[in-house]
Amino acid sequence: MAARPDRAPPGDPLTPRVVRVLKRRRDAPRTVTLDIAADDATAFQPGQFNMLTAFGVGEVPISLSGDPADTNRRVHTIRAVGPVSSALARLAPGDALGLRGPFGSGWPMAAAHGHDVVLIAGGLGLAPLRPALYRLLAERQRYGTIALLYGTRSPDEILFRRELAAWQRRHDIRIGVTVDHAPSDWTGHVGVVTRLIPGLALDPANTLAFVCGPEVMMRFTIAALKEAGLGDAAIHLSLERNMKCAVGLCGHCQFGPVFVCRDGPVLCHDRLGGLLGLKEL
Amino acid sequence: MPDCQRLTTDGLQALLDALRARGYRVIGPTLHDQAIVYDDIHTLDDLPAGWTDEQEAGHYRLTRRRDAALFGYAVGPHSWKRFLHPPVQRLWRARHEDDEIIVVAEPAEATRVALLGVRACELHAIAIQDRVLLGGDYRDGHYQARRRDNFIVAVNCAEAGGTCFCASMDTGPQAQHGFDLVLTELVGDGEHRFLVEAGTPEGREVLAELPASPASDAEIAAAEALLAATAASMGREMAAGDVRELLLANLEHPRWDDVASRCLTCGNCTMVCPTCFCTSEADSSDLTGTETSRSRHWDSCFTMDFSYLHGGSVRASGRARYRQWMTHKLATWHDQFGTSGCVGCGRCITWCPVGIDITEEVRAIRETRDGAPT
Repeated sequence: MAARPDRAPPGDPLTPRVVRVLKRRRDAPRTVTLDIAADDATAFQPGQFNMLTAFGVGEVPISLSGDPADTNRRVHTIRAVGPVSSALARLAPGDALGLRGPFGSGWPMAAAHGHDVVLIAGGLGLAPLRPALYRLLAERQRYGTIALLYGTRSPDEILFRRELAAWQRRHDIRIGVTVDHAPSDWTGHVGVVTRLIPGLALDPANTLAFVCGPEVMMRFTIAALKEAGLGDAAIHLSLERNMKCAVGLCGHCQFGPVFVCRDGPVLCHDRLGGLLGLKEL
Repeated sequence: MPDCQRLTTDGLQALLDALRARGYRVIGPTLHDQAIVYDDIHTLDDLPAGWTDEQEAGHYRLTRRRDAALFGYAVGPHSWKRFLHPPVQRLWRARHEDDEIIVVAEPAEATRVALLGVRACELHAIAIQDRVLLGGDYRDGHYQARRRDNFIVAVNCAEAGGTCFCASMDTGPQAQHGFDLVLTELVGDGEHRFLVEAGTPEGREVLAELPASPASDAEIAAAEALLAATAASMGREMAAGDVRELLLANLEHPRWDDVASRCLTCGNCTMVCPTCFCTSEADSSDLTGTETSRSRHWDSCFTMDFSYLHGGSVRASGRARYRQWMTHKLATWHDQFGTSGCVGCGRCITWCPVGIDITEEVRAIRETRDGAPT
């Protein structure tokens, strides 16, 4: 099952703390990664998210995309799609923003001990999976084979490019990258990420899958994983819904019986009972 | 009805005085804009004496009664969430000074509020909001503060409204728990009196200060007969026992398209519902940008913004939004909070501008579900 903190952290959960940007990197068009100075030493679990406030503009949930072992900084990868995310993506080193969190459930890192793990990311879905990968690699001996499959729109949209290249050079992890549309100089895979799954020859009895991406991508990925023999209990998803409070009080992020902010964002597929197949739920 | 006391109308005024002497702001039913709404009560004259309401799907009218009953109507468009979980609540303010930003949380407002005239369905609604807002890992500090110093004077319903169905939801018409005092109003035979029972030590303390006398066996029998008659005259009913399973097994039922063809997605049902708790947040800034703040306000799952995710709303169709509201209220609420989200008050039926009736929608799905005759 997805890991979940036992209880709420102390303090007022609805009031942001003021934090500062340490570093800003541009990862892809409209997409930046901010390193934010941590104001406490609280550890986060891979898969959790924070609520980030651009003062005077608003607040959005953004997953933590950095190394969970680094307690000095909170790393967030942000795509400028609306007024708040655009204001956050414009922040420069030294600028202030508001932060609440971390919130929600994490990837089941401990439950994966002794198992093979495959991470499957679509687009910006790579961001909440990166902390899991850092943890898997930091504790490499605890896990079986590790693979990351990553699909995105085009080569210039590829996130964390240098790190991906470094991971590709390692022998203890398999990396597959594919794009939907490619220019003529692209020599990698073209097509949806699910097409890379059969090539992994997964051991269905001993594999956990961590999946994050657009909902349509996750639906097809679930089908492909089940085709490969994985059961619902082996498939973990990070869901996305509109969120306001992040603490289960505002009602926005409901997905059937689930509050995505509180019960998720990481949920085991066996808990969703096929609800992902319903339109407009 | 053990330890049942009797109050006259003067005795009821003494109750108002006693509550005010204890520092309570008393809120109860008043007449305003041709509806019965909750507002400050100073004397018995503020109560809607001699008025009743006609309620039907999409229909609410006040009419005169033949007697001077003070509580002779069903619930109106307001519910107590207006005071306990108010429509707008500031969460914090931030001051920007030079390069610093100082965020100050809005202090939780703890006021002593007495709620007068709380019906059995509303006691259940308050208990449900308690579970939603105080029962989880994170508590709503503002709601907690507003709930801390309440004195609740319940009123047993002497008649059922046209859209009431508390009897089938097992939430009324008799107040069972969650009150400090409960009144049953008896009018007739030239007499106007209230039977009173205490539900808490503070209720007993207040009752002891009032000019009350023991109720007679005949009065107690009259009150019991009144409640039995109310239970037997509900305007609506809903077979609630298996409604969770029924709806969850019929998430693609064609009735959702049918109701969507009538629903205006106006959100009235969510505003009047005494358990609907959803809120949104809005940030604002002064013109210079030196003061910013965040407020939360009631929101409705019927708006497009409610489920907006970069690129569009998850629930764009009216079908999906009505389904979300009704399945949450009657089905997934059980999964989330261990109780139904519906107390059978009938407000969503009365205040729907096109008269959509939740009991009728459940019945329609039940009668045409898989395996049932169509």
